[in-house]
Amino acid sequence: MSDLLSVEGLGIAFGGIKAVNDVSFRVRAGEIVSVIGPNGAGKTTLFNMISGVYLPGSGRVVLNGEDVTGMAPHLLARRGLSRTFQNLQIFQSMTVLENAVTGYHLQERGPVLADLLGLPSSRRRARTADAGARRLLARVGLDRAAEREAGNLSYGSLKRLEIARALALNPKVLLLDEPAAGCNAVETEEIDHLIAEVAAAGVAILLVEHDMKMVMRISNHIVVLDHGEKIAEGNPAAVSQNPAVIAAYLGAENADG
Amino acid sequence: MRLTPKAATLLVLALLVALTPFFFPSGYYYRVGALLFVNGIAVTGIVILTGYAGQISLGHAGFSGIGAYACALAPTHLGLHPALAIVLGAALSAVLAYLVGRPILRLKGYYLGVATLGFGILVSMVLNNERDLTNGPDGIDVPDLGLRALLETWGLDLTNGQFWYFFCGLSLILGAWLALNLYDSPTGRALRALHGSEVAARTVGVDVARLKLQAFVISAVYASVAGSLLALQNKFITPDVAGFMHSIEMVTMAVLGGVGSVLGAILGAGILTLLPQVLTVFAEYEQMVLGLVMVLVMIFLREGLLPSIFKAIRGKGE
Repeated sequence: MSDLLSVEGLGIAFGGIKAVNDVSFRVRAGEIVSVIGPNGAGKTTLFNMISGVYLPGSGRVVLNGEDVTGMAPHLLARRGLSRTFQNLQIFQSMTVLENAVTGYHLQERGPVLADLLGLPSSRRRARTADAGARRLLARVGLDRAAEREAGNLSYGSLKRLEIARALALNPKVLLLDEPAAGCNAVETEEIDHLIAEVAAAGVAILLVEHDMKMVMRISNHIVVLDHGEKIAEGNPAAVSQNPAVIAAYLGAENADG
Repeated sequence: MRLTPKAATLLVLALLVALTPFFFPSGYYYRVGALLFVNGIAVTGIVILTGYAGQISLGHAGFSGIGAYACALAPTHLGLHPALAIVLGAALSAVLAYLVGRPILRLKGYYLGVATLGFGILVSMVLNNERDLTNGPDGIDVPDLGLRALLETWGLDLTNGQFWYFFCGLSLILGAWLALNLYDSPTGRALRALHGSEVAARTVGVDVARLKLQAFVISAVYASVAGSLLALQNKFITPDVAGFMHSIEMVTMAVLGGVGSVLGAILGAGILTLLPQVLTVFAEYEQMVLGLVMVLVMIFLREGLLPSIFKAIRGKGE
């Protein structure tokens, strides 16, 4: 299988402090790779560099064979990279359906003049996107909430809405930042299945998640960060036995003792 | 059958334009109505810029000034028909909006407000100081559109007030129709998305800078056409049309009625157009009233009058 996402020596510093330093790993098609580590380890910063929100200070991001380091997010979206956010980024005053529809922006966009005049071509583009968004909402179990204002939904529902929106782009690489945070056990399991299903369809998935049970269950490969550095990587069984990982999570003294 | 919000808005506007003349005590009110519709057109542009895209302009009157003076100057200096002068003014406004907006809208934050503030003042200064061309602060005559005479030869005999009332009313309905088309269109949805969360809009592929620029250019054309219609119906224009107070007035109207709703913003334009007619003291205290309205709306009715009313009705219904 080919590498869809390859991160090579990626690093960034904020005011002299290295938030992420020399991190490398790769994600192949159909693979689920998780990034774990204590709070402040640099996981979200890493995500932000890969998705073009932050400009990396060093290293490269290669997407499907193309060097995309520092490329603007909307151009990355066109190349098949899609993501969700740790702190939800929902369009609050739009309906659930409209939120999901924005994921189809690249497919439905057209000349602004046609949109102003409400030409049939413009309405056709919008209708096609609506239909796709409804199918996706059904897939994440939000079809009945389609017409509701997104701001009124529960946290767990919004998490699923973000995943639906990210899937609408039909991504090759999907970055999920804590998709199960704030979800109950049932919702977490549903998200589990959804992620596995997406991966099975050949999407490369990079996951940040605090729910260790979930990470151990669904990951093919785990990358462990601590203080911005990669301290370990491997399959779930190997990582959970790794002394450096145990030390980082439980504190150095426990590991020594 | 339930009306879509778009159809309902257009129906309300059509009824407003068609029926209110029956209640006019005198011909003078056609003039007030026409003025209301002109302001309605300008605030519809503000709805697209501020309500949809979340951007703020503090110099939109500058574009009204360009539209107005295009109608004053192009017919005499370029020999252009006044109707084409409207188009010329709109095109000029669009080009200027593009040039001002392109570098600014790549930046995050409220730089557009600052840049447009400067732009509006610049236009106002040029109109005041280029006396040879614009006749300065004294104002300048604007030629007749000629459409009323044309209608008369077809047997439709309207007074000047009536003609401008219906002409501006139809223009407003057209402007509202375009803005409502945009709202639910792919472009409109992307604009509202970037308003909600710029970072999320980017990650779904929205070219944020480009879309903001499109909204800014479109709203500039609305302001320009409003300026042209104002100049043509008054047959006279002064640089006040491009003044800072006029820019603030546009924003206040939209915010008062509801900047996210076309009908709401037009309601706001209606209130602030009629208020000076009812309260003659208003003219003296205009700045104070505008400031007060803005503060009160921000504290008590963040979404503006009409959306708050709808929300209250819906809340009771449930």
